[in-house]
Amino acid sequence: MWNLTPLETEAVRLSLQVAVVAVAGSLPIGLLVAWLLARREFPGKTIVNGLVHLPLILPPVVVGYLLLVVLGRRGPLGAWLYDVFGITLAFTWKGAAIASAVMAFPLMVRAIRLSLESVDRRLEHAARTLGASPLRVFLTVTLPLTLPGILTGVVLGFARSMGEFGATITFVSNIPGETRTLPLALYSLVQTPGGGEGAMRLVIISVVLAMAALVASEVLTRRISARNGG
Amino acid sequence: MPAQPILEVDVRGRFGSFRLEARFTAGHGVTALFGRSGAGKTSLVNSLAGLNRPDAGRIAVDGHVLFDSAAGIDLPPERRRLGYVFQDDRLFPHLNVRSNLTYGMRLVPKSERHHGFDRVVGLLDLGRLLARRPATLSGGEKQRVAIGRALLASPRLLLMDEPLAAIDLLHKAEILPFIERLRDNLKLPIVYVSHTVEEVVRLADTLVVLSEGRTVASGPVEQIMSRLDVWPLTGYYDVGAALTVTVTGHDDRFGLTRLSFAGHTLLVPRLQLPEAARLRVRVRARDVALSLTRPQATSVLNILEGEVVEIDHRGEPRVDILLDVGQPLIARVTRKSVHDLGLVPGQKVFALVKAVAIDRPTASLVNEKRQP
Repeated sequence: MWNLTPLETEAVRLSLQVAVVAVAGSLPIGLLVAWLLARREFPGKTIVNGLVHLPLILPPVVVGYLLLVVLGRRGPLGAWLYDVFGITLAFTWKGAAIASAVMAFPLMVRAIRLSLESVDRRLEHAARTLGASPLRVFLTVTLPLTLPGILTGVVLGFARSMGEFGATITFVSNIPGETRTLPLALYSLVQTPGGGEGAMRLVIISVVLAMAALVASEVLTRRISARNGG
Repeated sequence: MPAQPILEVDVRGRFGSFRLEARFTAGHGVTALFGRSGAGKTSLVNSLAGLNRPDAGRIAVDGHVLFDSAAGIDLPPERRRLGYVFQDDRLFPHLNVRSNLTYGMRLVPKSERHHGFDRVVGLLDLGRLLARRPATLSGGEKQRVAIGRALLASPRLLLMDEPLAAIDLLHKAEILPFIERLRDNLKLPIVYVSHTVEEVVRLADTLVVLSEGRTVASGPVEQIMSRLDVWPLTGYYDVGAALTVTVTGHDDRFGLTRLSFAGHTLLVPRLQLPEAARLRVRVRARDVALSLTRPQATSVLNILEGEVVEIDHRGEPRVDILLDVGQPLIARVTRKSVHDLGLVPGQKVFALVKAVAIDRPTASLVNEKRQP
């Protein structure tokens, strides 16, 4: 009963792979965008802010379709990627990671930005008077104090990626072993007569994975908060 | 003014709705920036540290130009080499005390470090705290760590912005001796922001008075404290001169200490100080009475012969009278007394100072080495 079938193992592995790549790939950009939004004033800031948050309010299918149009083999960016680097995104797991990253991005940026805004600027000033350059201040004061927010952003992004369905199925379709992540596998089973038991097993796996991520982040956050002095 | 100023400041700037116009020089020892809250003390100190930018002017420390609008020089804070102890401790919450202390130290090349880690830790008595997190420290302990952290970055000058403001009275008394130790043992010039006369008299050599963003007076503490026109800034109630005196003996029978200056002897309740120690005592104007003749059979122990220099009627019916008793002294009497005694400048008078009016809190040791 508790041994996973090859199909389930495949879906879990693929989901984790997609989520990890999506989060790891978008974290540096997320940090930069969060920092820009929290600390800088520049023309068009409102528009950037809106664009970042767009995936949060658009139907996922719309996001998936836009990705397909832009990044598909014949899309402007997709064609260039294929011609220059030989990279194909549409209908591959890399495309699934892109779709997940785009959908998770606003959640990640929001969490990191909030945390950045709550960092006491006066501590940064104190670090400057002690001889630290702005970059060093960022690395040794701002970043450590933002860590709880970054962690929250990572967990939210990871969870969003694991659950991503609409944009994924639209952009990269539902290909077993390539783009059939947990939610897509679950969807397939639900569509299949007699798939009820298999569907329930996937539901349980999803719940266990989500809970594990949540508990891990709680433990980490508590540790960081204790270290940061409560 | 000292012959070779350590700190030269001449800046003008607008910060929000606030205008700053500061101009002064200061030498070794402690320079107090004194003024009411809102007088621009913190804005000025932030300008020195490079945390805000004046519109125009010049700032130089120990011959190094930190800011010069005409020459287009504006060093960022990290290149100014000024230690800054803030009103709030601003310790890094994610680092323990040891890492807080070494944060600035590690950025200074070994050959340029003025103060050893162990020496600073010893001086500020931080040995027991090294492994602790800032959140677990008391207010006084935090401020001591903040002072140590600033010192270990080997600054050319230490800025202290009311470092005792956030600390309760009990712990203030605990910190002041540490600041005196820095002044006396490390020979580090200090700019000390304060709005407390007691702190200024106890710590400072040079006094810079700020009012509404402008420096309105600056010079040696004794000289500024004896100016009658400075009281609207220092607070009317607290007007009083500072006398620099030497301990010449103790009277064990009555528990008194003899202090001498300019041929006068001042008796005060016993001070636990050795003979020949030099100190500064503050004598508040309202504790000084005047008489035209030397009084007989009086309880007042200190009778100082002197001369009226200046009479200030702005506080009527109270009148402040600047006396010369070898050093400047201020007496506050009523207009009626001035009228009845017929006081005029140049007149010989006797100043009466009750011994009990001069207590330990108004007295502070003066380091011999800092004397010009």
